[in-house]
Amino acid sequence: MNLLLAVPFLVPLLGAALTLPMRRAPRTQQVVSALTLAIVVAAAAALVRRTADGDVITSQAGGWPAPLGITIAVDPLSALLLLVSSVVLLVVLLYAIGQDIAGLSRAMPMVFHPIYLVLTAGVCLSFIAGDLFNLFVGFEIMLTASYALITQAPTRARVRASMIYTMVSLTSSILFLTGIALVYALTGTVNLADIAVKLGDAPPPLRMVLALLFLVVFGIKAAIVPMHFWLPDSYPVAITRISAIFAALLTKVAVYAIIRTQTLLFSRDDVSGVLLWMAIATMIVGILGALVQDDINRIMSFALVSHIGFMLFGLGVGTVAGLAGAIVYLVHHIVVQASLFLVNGLIRQFVGHTSLRAIRGLMAVSPVLALLFFLPAMSLAGLPPMSGFVAKAALFTAGADAGGWLLYTGIAAGVATSLLTLMAIFRIWVRGFWGEPLEDMIEARDQLRSQGMSGGRLLMTSSTAAMVAIGLALAAAAGPLTDFAFTAAEDLLGGGAYIESVLTGGES
Amino acid sequence: MSGAPSLLLVLAVGVLYSCGFYLMLQRSLMRAVFGILLLGHAANVSLMLTDRAITLPPLLGGPEGVLSDPLPQAMALTAIVITFGVTTFLLALAYRVWLGDGNDEVPDDLEDRRIGRLQEPEDSA
Repeated sequence: MNLLLAVPFLVPLLGAALTLPMRRAPRTQQVVSALTLAIVVAAAAALVRRTADGDVITSQAGGWPAPLGITIAVDPLSALLLLVSSVVLLVVLLYAIGQDIAGLSRAMPMVFHPIYLVLTAGVCLSFIAGDLFNLFVGFEIMLTASYALITQAPTRARVRASMIYTMVSLTSSILFLTGIALVYALTGTVNLADIAVKLGDAPPPLRMVLALLFLVVFGIKAAIVPMHFWLPDSYPVAITRISAIFAALLTKVAVYAIIRTQTLLFSRDDVSGVLLWMAIATMIVGILGALVQDDINRIMSFALVSHIGFMLFGLGVGTVAGLAGAIVYLVHHIVVQASLFLVNGLIRQFVGHTSLRAIRGLMAVSPVLALLFFLPAMSLAGLPPMSGFVAKAALFTAGADAGGWLLYTGIAAGVATSLLTLMAIFRIWVRGFWGEPLEDMIEARDQLRSQGMSGGRLLMTSSTAAMVAIGLALAAAAGPLTDFAFTAAEDLLGGGAYIESVLTGGES
Repeated sequence: MSGAPSLLLVLAVGVLYSCGFYLMLQRSLMRAVFGILLLGHAANVSLMLTDRAITLPPLLGGPEGVLSDPLPQAMALTAIVITFGVTTFLLALAYRVWLGDGNDEVPDDLEDRRIGRLQEPEDSA
């Protein structure tokens, strides 16, 4: 049993157990949560180092050999996503702690901290699970925590929104379970590597049905058009720290599951046509939705739906370069979405809401806020020096290299979506940031100035700035990141390394 | 093979799925929660159906030493616990909605209605 592999999953659960009884000691609780996540970040960084050459590290819980025991497997893709997710979770936690210190939130810290750590455990388990049922359990841990988190600071709107969110997620979980039953009936195993081998003997039409079923299951969770309706209704309503982490991570875990199942289990079946059509629809429909919204958070939620399409496009291309582009995009999008939602939280803190109908001249009132919004927004639109440009360029080059009319259509849709994203961002910029500030906003600024910068507010702003800086660093580190993504993509499409490492016990 | 599941179970799964999805499409939240319940049962029964010797006892074995597969039963048990927990949570939420609004209907989406009424961009006004 390789302990390093278990750290990202077990340590957060331990942290959750420790923070649960600490309702009387909020400071200790904050320190324990932050330390727990710091340990996860360190473990993830170690895993990234160890998988950098394309190695797959596996571990069999309980010592039973592969198809029988519970397998934990970390390949380069898992390690990279573990690292990015844990960093984002840590920064958002610091933002939440700052908000609690400043006394600006109605969320209950003694409930928030343990559940947040359980969510972390669920996200990490989903990334490292080596069998289908454990993947399901990881998803359920993550989702059950998210059901509780979305109702934090409950209002009527939040209870309604969480009802929709819980219903939709639960339906997709039940379909997931049905999928597992069908796979088990067909192959007699739930171990991912073992399924990949045994599905080879299965009749192709049955395999195709299973591939599409799993695409639907994870498509609901990733909010792919036409299964996206629930997302813009539920994410923007939650409090900032929650919507930031949901927007950054939850849909991306589902995208990871799509990549894992489609490349490992169903590599023999060609669903790339379906994937590409869904990618095109997701990009266009999502961004058109964003253009008619009036609330910054809702605009960002539709943009989130739209940009999931880019990752699907990369998977649909079907080459190593395409998949590597999708992985770079995944990393870029996690960081950028988290930054944007944190900035929206700062705006909400400042003005009291995020509706563009009653925001004017934010730039004159708070230049720092304007800068923090501008940088990730430009990255989202994919302007050249930013990480968004690197990711999009990688995707489009891969698409053009592979050729074919459907891929060219996808590239055209992607370029159009980037331009429309820019338009949506300019709408926010022109209406919210330019112009004469409204009177109540000037009052808010003067009130803030007279109070001075408290430690809590400083932590909130600096953690948001840190997230934006990580986004900029991704662009600076584009070379190593792309190399790593290529290693990961080669592992995924080669397939052999993962299967061999799991079934023969690997080198751990 | 002896101990195979009967056709009746297979039909039951189909009926459970269709009734579950039908109920989920209703506007009353309570009916939707019942829909979720039926879907959960459907998934659990289909997990049991994966076993070709479902009617034989587990571990001890039947007359010829054949025993039923314990893995689907373990998975169904996990799934039952999860759906049970989440359904309880859904009921609590439905109660909160009822307390807040006095009904448990899914409301119209106001934002969508507003956008549907948009004749011209608001900026030009």
